[in-house]
Amino acid sequence: MKVDPRQVEDAARELYVRALKVLPPDIKEGFGRLVASETDATAQGVLATMVTNIRVAESTDNLLCQDTGIPIYNVVIGRGVEIDGVALMDAIRRGCERATREHSLRSSVVHPITRKNEHTSCGPGVPPIHIDFSDEADQLRIEMVPKGSGSENNSWLRMAVPAEGIGAIKLFVVDCVLEAGGKTCPPTIVGVGVGGTSDLCMSLAKRAATRPLGSACADPEGAKLERELSAAVNDLGVGPQGLGGDSTAFAVHVEIAATHITMNPVAVNMQCHSARRASATITPQGVAYGF
Amino acid sequence: MAHHVLTPPVTEEQVRALRVNDTVTLEGPLYGIRDANQIALFDRGRATRFDLAGHAAMHTAPNVRKVAPSAEHPAGYAPICVGTTTSARMERFTRPLMSQMGVRLVVGKGGLGAASLEAFREIGGAYLAVIGGTAALETTWVEAIEDVDMDDLNPESIWKFRVKHFGPLLVAMDSHGGSLYADVAARAKTRRELVLFRLGLK
Repeated sequence: MKVDPRQVEDAARELYVRALKVLPPDIKEGFGRLVASETDATAQGVLATMVTNIRVAESTDNLLCQDTGIPIYNVVIGRGVEIDGVALMDAIRRGCERATREHSLRSSVVHPITRKNEHTSCGPGVPPIHIDFSDEADQLRIEMVPKGSGSENNSWLRMAVPAEGIGAIKLFVVDCVLEAGGKTCPPTIVGVGVGGTSDLCMSLAKRAATRPLGSACADPEGAKLERELSAAVNDLGVGPQGLGGDSTAFAVHVEIAATHITMNPVAVNMQCHSARRASATITPQGVAYGF
Repeated sequence: MAHHVLTPPVTEEQVRALRVNDTVTLEGPLYGIRDANQIALFDRGRATRFDLAGHAAMHTAPNVRKVAPSAEHPAGYAPICVGTTTSARMERFTRPLMSQMGVRLVVGKGGLGAASLEAFREIGGAYLAVIGGTAALETTWVEAIEDVDMDDLNPESIWKFRVKHFGPLLVAMDSHGGSLYADVAARAKTRRELVLFRLGLK
């Protein structure tokens, strides 16, 4: 299957706008579960306002949140897909710029030293574009995640050592959630990376934070840790917006990679309650949009 | 738990009447401030032509569209999506914002720390919490962008919004030392011990 870079560019543009406007169904269902179980009156009010906002965004065709985030694109290329890799990267960047200009999105991206805003949502190394490959022959999938700074600013890495065991991981997650308080716009999805190298560990945490609700870690030890930590962080009582309550997190998600015999790394990255993402699947039949 | 309708500029007395858990609806002018314009104001000595005395300043950088100036859009900007950002990043600016610029109300999300609480107590101010991430809803409370200063910093300019029934906002920090964030953090610290015990760490 040959993919035209122009098709990718249009999809990259469309995905950014879609992701900012419509929340995935798993997050909406997550709100339903939290509303049903929340016991704190203030927190109930906060959750109700968040649910109202989702409805207002859809009915007014507006963005859920003013923070257009750091735009992230995750691409999975099927083995039967023919495309020039450099053209693919350029197309995504152009689509991201077009979304920003044509929709008048706030560009939230600046040069880190000069702080100059090019008003394109792009800059050196941004958007981050992650490329992966799959067995599905005639399919190219693009996932777009606008990662807001409230949650992204609350990212941590700790290179614990083997002698500290799994306890170091649990303690770190609990203390990161406490440290984040209301700054991350809870209820959050707490993404936890366990193992790998320092960079891989952080990347695992990000992947975990943006994984759909209801999915479980493929590794049984990771899945067990997810259940334990999900209960633990909600017992802290931080609550939605850090104003108290049971709904501190929709879930804790864990992703795992092997690590060095001398290492025990753990990373945390959070996703806010506006846990936005959108996806496009390009096949010979055309482009299908989803989450 | 009283409800207050405030039309800035407000007096010290009006602000001192606010107590945590009260609610506030703002009417009229609301100024949007942000990381870059506060760095410009307080670290680089840049001046603003806006008089913020007695006013409410909200932590925001909105999505806007440049349009021809008109009665509807006097500043030449139409608001697209106006929402509130994390206040904690701008903790160190609360005091100068109040003492040098005369701001009485800070509107934000996620809360501020001990130094801001002290400034609210000493000078007379309060923190009004928006439910973060609910910008689509907030935008329905914004009538217009009336004026803009430091336009070169867009989107981190200083924005003057005209708002209608902006809220209800929660008084989360008051001028009497009350802070819902400090209360929740203190309770969570106690609960942490139980949580660690259940995780087999204590």
